[in-house]
Amino acid sequence: MNIFVLMKRTFDTEEKISISGGKINEDGAEFIINPYDEYAIEEAIQVRDANGGVVTVISVGSEEAEKQLRTALAMGADKAVLINTEDDVEGGDQFTTAKILAEYLKDKEADLILGGNVAIDGGTGQVGPRVAELLNIPYVTTITKLEIDGTNVTVTRDVEGDSEVIETSLPLLVTAQQGLNEPRYPSLPGIMKAKKKPLEELELDDLDLEEDDVEAKTKTIEIYLPPKKEAGRVLAGELNDQVKELVQLLHTEAKVV
Amino acid sequence: MSRKVVVLGEVRDGSLRNVSFEAIAAAKTVAEGGEVVGVLVGDSVSDLSAGLIHHGADRVVVVEDEKLKLYTSDGYAQALLAVLDQEKPEGLVLGHTSLGKDLSPRIAGKLASGLISDATAVEVTGGNVVFTRPIYSGKAFEKKIVTDGLIFATVRPNNIAPLEKDESRSGEVAALSVEIKDLRAIIKEVVRKASEGVDLSEAKVVISGGRGVKSADGFQPLKELAAVLGGAVGASRGACDADYCDYSLQIGQTGKVVTPDLYIACGISGAIQHLAGMSNSKVIVAINKDPEANIFKVADYGIVGDLFEVVPLLTEEFKKLKVHS
Repeated sequence: MNIFVLMKRTFDTEEKISISGGKINEDGAEFIINPYDEYAIEEAIQVRDANGGVVTVISVGSEEAEKQLRTALAMGADKAVLINTEDDVEGGDQFTTAKILAEYLKDKEADLILGGNVAIDGGTGQVGPRVAELLNIPYVTTITKLEIDGTNVTVTRDVEGDSEVIETSLPLLVTAQQGLNEPRYPSLPGIMKAKKKPLEELELDDLDLEEDDVEAKTKTIEIYLPPKKEAGRVLAGELNDQVKELVQLLHTEAKVV
Repeated sequence: MSRKVVVLGEVRDGSLRNVSFEAIAAAKTVAEGGEVVGVLVGDSVSDLSAGLIHHGADRVVVVEDEKLKLYTSDGYAQALLAVLDQEKPEGLVLGHTSLGKDLSPRIAGKLASGLISDATAVEVTGGNVVFTRPIYSGKAFEKKIVTDGLIFATVRPNNIAPLEKDESRSGEVAALSVEIKDLRAIIKEVVRKASEGVDLSEAKVVISGGRGVKSADGFQPLKELAAVLGGAVGASRGACDADYCDYSLQIGQTGKVVTPDLYIACGISGAIQHLAGMSNSKVIVAINKDPEANIFKVADYGIVGDLFEVVPLLTEEFKKLKVHS
């Protein structure tokens, strides 16, 4: 099977966010594989181990994403592709990224494409489905289970806490929800092997794309931090009285019940 | 500049979801005096048209087909694209729900348009339609505009106030016939796990448990409190990782982001990853044994104590309040 994973490098979930010069300050921040993309990588490896084939992990971004691609290779992916847009794209949006990925994937005869259901930074969840639409293949988002039998696929997806069991077929794009699997940590031999696995670097030119072809349809005009919340009141006294006071405060002061 | 704006009315269990009324309010802002056209898609949904009109839609287009009984991206995309082809709007607004998240990128991909997902506010300033949306799960916000083509956005539930319901409003309801074909993904079964409670993303009250609940059974007092307040139960990553509850309840940077009127955190320490998912709630109450717990830094009200003592007392006290009011 020809399996592709769409991966994004993101801020670590434990990072605090600060802004300098109107942009998110990246100095000294830890970066990780987007947690939802980790599920996608793990699932891709499991599908390959069960069915044979090759897992290729792709990322659109800067040279710095090489580190996360190497981690994916150390987990067990076979090949990595970095589409480096650092020199060509400024202010790209989900249209941009999806267009680039679809252009790369269009002649790859992918059987299965996986991604996270959302990136924890931008948080739009658009890129996966957009790529599927551009490639004209079906997709299922927020999946928690994937079973493949030949070209028939049965998928369970999370729908706001309920689940749907869906029957579809390859080629297919799916986006991973938490609960799909337990992503493995790279092993030491895995890390050693990853150094020798192929990591291809491409630019827009290599995909016959011009900057105009991928120009964003939306633009961020301001980034700001939410107003800092002031610590509220910690109640005191007998527990019974505290509870009574709290209910009164919620009723008369905060007016939420 | 006035615009025609289309809004998809989302139906769940035979009723319109509140987020659709919020989407109409957003669409009114985008329209700047132009027409707001509601769309209903399903197998038997035309009866719900009046609800959209009472909440501000000027008219409604209905696409009915038995193949649209359950949501599929293929079926709904065909129906909505047919409406867009007929109406040629300048704007399109959906709720940022499971359905909206799944369908909107498909439509944007097809139309090669921009899409501003998960907006929490919309305003018109300096001739631009400006959407506000959280990034880094609410650790920061961005203001965004569409620079080319359709003004397309999804709106987060519970953030944009719907217009007051006006039952004297009336408008045209027209059917559009669309041939629904080639469904490539078929729903075989829907397993209702969430039906016993209120949907987390739309709940006005969320009672959330962390490691402090200690077991799956430990969620019971939280469920009882949620039932009294008509709220939903959520959880921290700690509680989910410890297998006290299903991952579908997880609130945080991984998991759901919620913005209810009232968030009661029980036995939750307040890791940054959890705060990202709930700190924009209107009122936060923290109940924790540890007075140093981080959660007290974002809470409006705090009680230092054992949740297994405090929560049942709270449930009783709210019951009394409900009887009196």
